[in-house]
Amino acid sequence: MEHHFDLELNELKQKLLAMASHAEAAVNDAMRALAERDYDLALRVKANDRLLDEFEIEVDDLAIHLLAKAPLASDLRLVTVAMKISQNLERVGDEATKIAKRARDLSQEPPLKVTVDLRRMAQLALNMLKSALDSFVHRDSAAARAVIPLDKEVDGLNKEINRALARHMAENPAAITRCLNLIIVSKSLERIADHATNVAEEVVYLCEALDIRHTPKTQLSNP
Amino acid sequence: MNLIRTSAEENLRAERQPAPASAAALKPPAFTVKNLSISFGQRQVLKSVSMEIRACTVTAIIGPSGCGKSTFLRALNRMHDLVPEARVQGDVRLFGEDSYAKEAEPVVVRRRVGMVFQKSNPFPTMSIADNVTVGLRLNGIRARSLLTERTEQALRMAALWEEVKDRLDAQAISLSGGQQQRLCIARALAVQPQVVLMDEPASALDPLATAKIEDLILELKRDYTIVIVTHNMQQAARMSDETAFFYLGELIEFGPTNRIFTRPKEKRTEDYVTGRFG
Repeated sequence: MEHHFDLELNELKQKLLAMASHAEAAVNDAMRALAERDYDLALRVKANDRLLDEFEIEVDDLAIHLLAKAPLASDLRLVTVAMKISQNLERVGDEATKIAKRARDLSQEPPLKVTVDLRRMAQLALNMLKSALDSFVHRDSAAARAVIPLDKEVDGLNKEINRALARHMAENPAAITRCLNLIIVSKSLERIADHATNVAEEVVYLCEALDIRHTPKTQLSNP
Repeated sequence: MNLIRTSAEENLRAERQPAPASAAALKPPAFTVKNLSISFGQRQVLKSVSMEIRACTVTAIIGPSGCGKSTFLRALNRMHDLVPEARVQGDVRLFGEDSYAKEAEPVVVRRRVGMVFQKSNPFPTMSIADNVTVGLRLNGIRARSLLTERTEQALRMAALWEEVKDRLDAQAISLSGGQQQRLCIARALAVQPQVVLMDEPASALDPLATAKIEDLILELKRDYTIVIVTHNMQQAARMSDETAFFYLGELIEFGPTNRIFTRPKEKRTEDYVTGRFG
């Protein structure tokens, strides 16, 4: 006979995964709206953010309901981790909205004549998020730990893009507002990678009962 | 109980220093149990259990029914002496003294190690005051002033004084279930033991009475060592400093309560505390 509590824990996991797929889709759509200068799509991404807000509340409601049953050990860790992951996913949604707003504004302006690889940065950040969530599904601590160092790569790309945009602004004062919009997009992608890192750290806590947050990256290694 | 996360750094520190640097850790252990095995006839109920119980702490003993936790508890104050077919092997030291030494009197051991049972068992026709002092009177204390003083002291320690001070002559049976259990705790405390053993002391009580007993236990640990058997994981989590998990007569895992309930090392402990046993 299946444990009734397991069914509820499973419901929590499923809700979180549904939320995750919405968060990923929001980032993808926001980046597509930016690349294709699609004003309507940008507006849709912004409007859909409330879905993630609702998911966050639903996940927290379910988690509180489960905490009232006083779970222990790995069950306790799973419920608390689910609450943290949902908070991170909701913030990924907020970043997607920020990108969509910039895409909306930029779609009304002439295209910029500068090449910055935001697409690659978005791909890296989204891959990190996906890997972190996969590691949650499979309770794979090693896979979660592998996500964490990738954050540095995204940080590096963010700096690179900021430098390129700063150069372009110095040379083309007329492009300053548009370049600032792209700097915000780059910052949002960098934040999405941070949220993916947070999710990965939560998965390590779930699997190993070890809190590695705020541990210097040089001290992190697979157990 | 503190359910905060343990940082990696804290974990490393814990590896280096197994015992927390609290005042309790500096005192000698209340109990040092080595290779304790207990059989009833042919049936071995406890298998070579070794553990140290720190003074002035609450230690919770958990495990499924029949795992030997009550048997272990009863061995700590030589209750098995009263069971003819019981055979106790191994070493039980109370503050360094061998409880089972030839010269050790079971009555003296039991005076130092009080016990409270699942079902409150006051003497029903005796008054509240007489229930508290019965142990003292059995030990030959007759001085009324001392008996009166100890009655108030024990009832205060058991957080019952304010509720009964105006009816000390009333029959014990007139008290509620929770009050009767606190009366039994007062009775145990009146003889001034060093340790109080409790076998599921709150399992028959409502949440309010349970909360009072739990608060009381947390107060008592300042002066007494408490060992409590409980089936209620949350109760163990709320009250105890250390938790021991018993299964099939063996001590499977023993450690700080926070660790046992958030990150047990043994799979059997994890399965038991998450309710997935068997």
